[in-house]
This record gives sequence, C-alpha cells and structure tokens, in this order.
Amino acid sequence: MKLFEYEAKHIFTQYSIPTPNGFLATTATQAREIAEKINAPVALKSQVLVAGRAKAGGILFANSPSEAEQAAARLLGKEIKGAKVEGLWIEEKIAIQRELYFSITVDRANRCYVAIASSEGGVEIEETAATSPEKIIKVFVDPVYGFRLYHARQIAKKLGYDGNQMNDLASIFLNHYRLAMDSDAELAEMNPLVELPVGKFVAADTRLIIDDNALFRHREFKKRPLERAEMTPQELAAQKSGLAYVKLDGDVGIIGNGAGLVMATLDAIQIYGGRPANFLDVGGGASSDMTAAALDIVLSDPDVKVVFINILGGITRCDEVANGVLEAKRRAGFTKPMVIRLVGTNEEEGRRILTDAGIHVLDSMEEAAEKTVEIIKSGGA
Amino acid sequence: MGVFIGKATRAIVQGITGTQGSFHTRLMLDYGTQIVAGTSPGKGGTDVYGVPVYDTVEEALNAHAADASIIFVPAPFAADSAFEALDSGLKTVVVITEHIPVRDAVQVMYRARQQGAVVVGPNTPGILSVDECKLGIMPVHVFKRGVVGLASRSGTLTYEIATGLTARGLGQSTCIGLGGDPIVGLSFVDVLKEFEKNEQTEAVALIGEIGGNFEELAAEFIATEGCSKPVVAFVAGRTAPPGKRMGHAGAIIMGKSGTAASKIEAFEKAGVQVAEKPSDVAKLLSEKLRK
Repeated sequence: MKLFEYEAKHIFTQYSIPTPNGFLATTATQAREIAEKINAPVALKSQVLVAGRAKAGGILFANSPSEAEQAAARLLGKEIKGAKVEGLWIEEKIAIQRELYFSITVDRANRCYVAIASSEGGVEIEETAATSPEKIIKVFVDPVYGFRLYHARQIAKKLGYDGNQMNDLASIFLNHYRLAMDSDAELAEMNPLVELPVGKFVAADTRLIIDDNALFRHREFKKRPLERAEMTPQELAAQKSGLAYVKLDGDVGIIGNGAGLVMATLDAIQIYGGRPANFLDVGGGASSDMTAAALDIVLSDPDVKVVFINILGGITRCDEVANGVLEAKRRAGFTKPMVIRLVGTNEEEGRRILTDAGIHVLDSMEEAAEKTVEIIKSGGA
Repeated sequence: MGVFIGKATRAIVQGITGTQGSFHTRLMLDYGTQIVAGTSPGKGGTDVYGVPVYDTVEEALNAHAADASIIFVPAPFAADSAFEALDSGLKTVVVITEHIPVRDAVQVMYRARQQGAVVVGPNTPGILSVDECKLGIMPVHVFKRGVVGLASRSGTLTYEIATGLTARGLGQSTCIGLGGDPIVGLSFVDVLKEFEKNEQTEAVALIGEIGGNFEELAAEFIATEGCSKPVVAFVAGRTAPPGKRMGHAGAIIMGKSGTAASKIEAFEKAGVQVAEKPSDVAKLLSEKLRK
C-alpha cells in the first residue's frame, strides 16, 4: 500500500525526522489560509500516488497567499498521469544546498533489508544507480541485530559529512530505519533529503510503501479516503471481492486463475496482436460467486470489447466457473463476445453447462487467445 | 530419488485440522506421501484421516521420526510455525501459506540458513517428486514421471506447462514452486545446482515472471558456472506495466528493475532459449532432448 506524501510526512515527523513545515488543503481557500499561516513562499504539491508528478506539472510554487490560492485552483481536480488531484500538501519552500538520497527497502536476492544512500539524490536517482553505481552506498541489514548507529555514521561519513552534520545525519538514518521496521515498510525513502544552506537536513519528499501482507497489524492505515478517490469503480469492486485486478489500456477483458497464468494470458493476447484491458486473477479454488463477481467487474469496464476467460482447474472446479459465468451474464442482462478456455477438474461438466447455454469452449490457451484477437479485429462480434 | 524429497521422506503437516490442511493431507496420502503426524494447537489427541494430531511439533517428533514439514497455517501465525519446524531440526519446510509479511519472511530465511534447512515458499504450490512424494497442493493428474526438472514462481502456470510437457511425452522428475512472494527460500540458482546433481533429471525448465532478479542471477550462474543439462526458460509478464502488482506480491516491476525484457535478455545472453508461449517450452525441450 502506497501512502501519500502527507501521510508519510506525518509519520516521519513522529520519528523526529525534520520535514518542511506544511499542511494539507483540499480547497483553494484552505490553500490561501495555509500560505498565510506559513507566511513565506510555499510549494504546492499534488497528493497523488503516481511517480513523476513534478515532471507532469503536479508541483507549483507561490510567493503570496493569493498566488497560492490561484495555484491551488489550477492543481485541484487536475489529472496527473490518470490520477485526479484531490488534495495538496502545502509547505514552506526550502533553499537547497545539496540533495541526498536515503532509503530502506527489501533486497530480494539476499533476503534481507538494505539501506541505500547517495550524495546525488533527486529525480535522477535511478539513472545514477544505472550509470554510476559507485555513487550508491549499500548496507545490508542483518535480520537479527539490525541497522545500528555505527552503520548510520559510516554512511554519513561516506556521503562526505563529519562533526555535528555527521551525527545529525546518523540519527536521521537510524530513526528512518526504526520507522521502516515499525511500519512494515517495503520501501521507506527520503528523496531528496535536503541539506539546507545553514547546514541542517530536511526530508523534502518522503515515500512510504507498506507491505500489504502486514496490514493486519497496522490498524492506523485503515482509514484513507484520498486513496479511494484514485481507484476506478472496477478496482474498488475488485478490492471489495478480494480479487487481484489491475486496469490496463487495451480492449480485451481477461480473467484467469493464478497470477502467473493470467500474466501469460495477457502476453499471449499481445503476441497475437491484441491489447489486454486488465489483469484479473480469481485465485485458487474460485467458487461460482467469485467467478460471477470477476465477470461483473470486467463486463462493467466500458473499454472491454471481448472477454477471454482462461481457467486451468486444479483446486478450481470447471463446473463452478461455468455456473459463475452464466450467473454474471444473467445479472448483467447483456453480454459481450466471450471466449472461454476451460480445462482440468470437472471439465466435462463445465463444458456441458456452457455448451448448453450456447457458449463455445476451447481447450488450448493459445488457440483461444488467437480466436479472441480475431473477434476484436473483425469488429467485435 | 527426487530433489529435496523422495520415497523415504517422512513429513508432518502443520495446520492439519484446517480446511486446506485436512483436504490436502488426504490428497497427499492418496499420492503415497508418508504423512506421519500433524499439528494443530488445541486439537492434540485427535486425528485427520488416520494421521495423529499433536499440539506442538516437539510432541509430534517425540512420537514419530520425520524430516520435513508442510505448513497450511494462516498468515499471521505461519512464520511462527516455520520457526517451530526449523528449530525442531526439520530440514525441508514447505510453506503453502500466502500473505506472510516480508519482515517475518526475512527472519524465517535467516533461521533456515543457520539450521542448514531448505524453505520452499512461502506462497508456493509446493514440491512434487513425481510418483514418489508430494508435499504440496498441485493437481497430480497433469504430471508424469520423467526427466525434466521444473522450477517455477507460479502455480497454475506450472500446471499449464506440465500439461504441455506431459502431452508431448516429456515427463518430469521434480517440480518445485519457488513461491510468488518477494522473499522466498529457494532461488533458481539453488534449484539449478540441485538439478545438476540429480541423476533422474536430464533437462531443466525455469518458469519465471516479472519482479526481483532471480532469473538474471540464474542466467549469470549458467553463463559463468555452466550447466551440463539443457535449460529452457519462460518469463511471464511481458505486458505488465511498471509499479503494479500482478497478483503475486513478488510480481512487480520497481522502477526499471524486474522487467520481463531484462530477464529474457539475460537468459538469451547466457545461451538459454526463452519460450515465447507456454506451449513452446515443451517444443524447445523435446528438440534439445532429441539431440
């Protein structure tokens, strides 16, 4: 789960990590009031979860409360990479001496957490990592004794600081690590972590991605109204039904069982020249209700012109899937062309149910993918 | 003998009284797996399909010799069950459970290394030594005994590819689900080393997907260490957009890393053929085995 910048900054503040003085606004009037309160030039930052908002025009600056009001009116309601701006984080504009990078994330190959730092923070950090890996400092975290103060000090030193600045940075890094562990972060990042001309450090932008699987022990993340605003009706419905759904930009609706199989299905559609409209995994052992819920979601997407259902029954029973398909068709009262590939447990029964209802069933995934794309190309029927 | 497990494997089932645990215990017994005991805290003294149930792994092992465990315990408690198995000296621990927090998984893998044990999963369909032993949930009718070692990061896609292999008369030796999570116990490199040593295995299929760098590391391993048996790969998620989780917690492109393109390029550079479609895996392998 990605947190908004304003949510992340609240947490960083709780861990004594300095951030620019700021407040959340959802209207232009509030923006004006906040700028008056800060009483200095401000940055207005769109609260969206997509990356690269600065380049997409999601951040504006204002020198007065009235400028802030105007800027807010321009940003609120605007779409940034498909995400509608519902809130603005308005904070004191800071002077930048140097931009650093620091994060704690998961190193999958070494099966541990890793602290990553660089003296060249900012938007080009990935580029730096790719082209000048020597500018990236990595410290692997021992799963038992953790990231210690001396690790933090070593990193500060390697970033080129000593004296009080080294100690200040080290305590920021250590608190950052504690924050990451306490909140079960997959990624906790300060980019940039800014060195001010006066020599102090401020986390100018912060990013927190919480491990979804650990949310059961974090009740504090339950209420998040802004996030809902970024989700499509299909994504909301999928979340409610416990289905893994990702919206894509094509016109072939896809349903399958098992993440790997669904990904391979999307790929197959593309190989034959089609474009998938979504990823939807009904999971293992899907009941007819789950299947119907999945089909409801895909049919409700106006971009979808054809539906391809690819089921390889192991724990999943083909007859359950077939009944779910008929139920969803009945509920929707309309349908779109459908190609179904159905093999595995109770295959004969599943096929009979669908064939009796006039739905054609195939048994090769690739043949079915090809057929689906033919339907799209011939105009949808 | 298969990789990690075989006819002689004696296993316990942790979480044996739950819906999934009891259902799959029956299927594993039907397959011929030696399930010697089960655990379920608070249900000690009962039995599941004739398998005696204990409250703790310690009690189960006092009464029965065992060397492996399979875990069906719900996510919030699954890491604890894995520690219990590892601390009791069990050397192969299969974690079927999905949704275990990364922070817990990291510690489980660390303990496994200390104990010299192998963790399969979490979020895995398990491991199958065809016609010998099944510690998992895979539908066995799609598999047939033979010479192909199969390692995969996903469940149903493995069944899809196994179906294709079996249809072409290419049987399998051992099938291992590495698991769909970001932190899992086995990598493709670990498994390649095992298949290299395994006499029954004559060729290997690696079924990867987006996210992480296990595929790149496997390619690098093959390029530098060499592999005496032919290897064919498949990578799911060519069309996956960055930053979105494709069902599996581990299937996500972060920034520029973990893309299918990078994995395919790495394999091809190492001389490993990459199948474009699932059915091509069987095609490519049968060409290689005919030579």
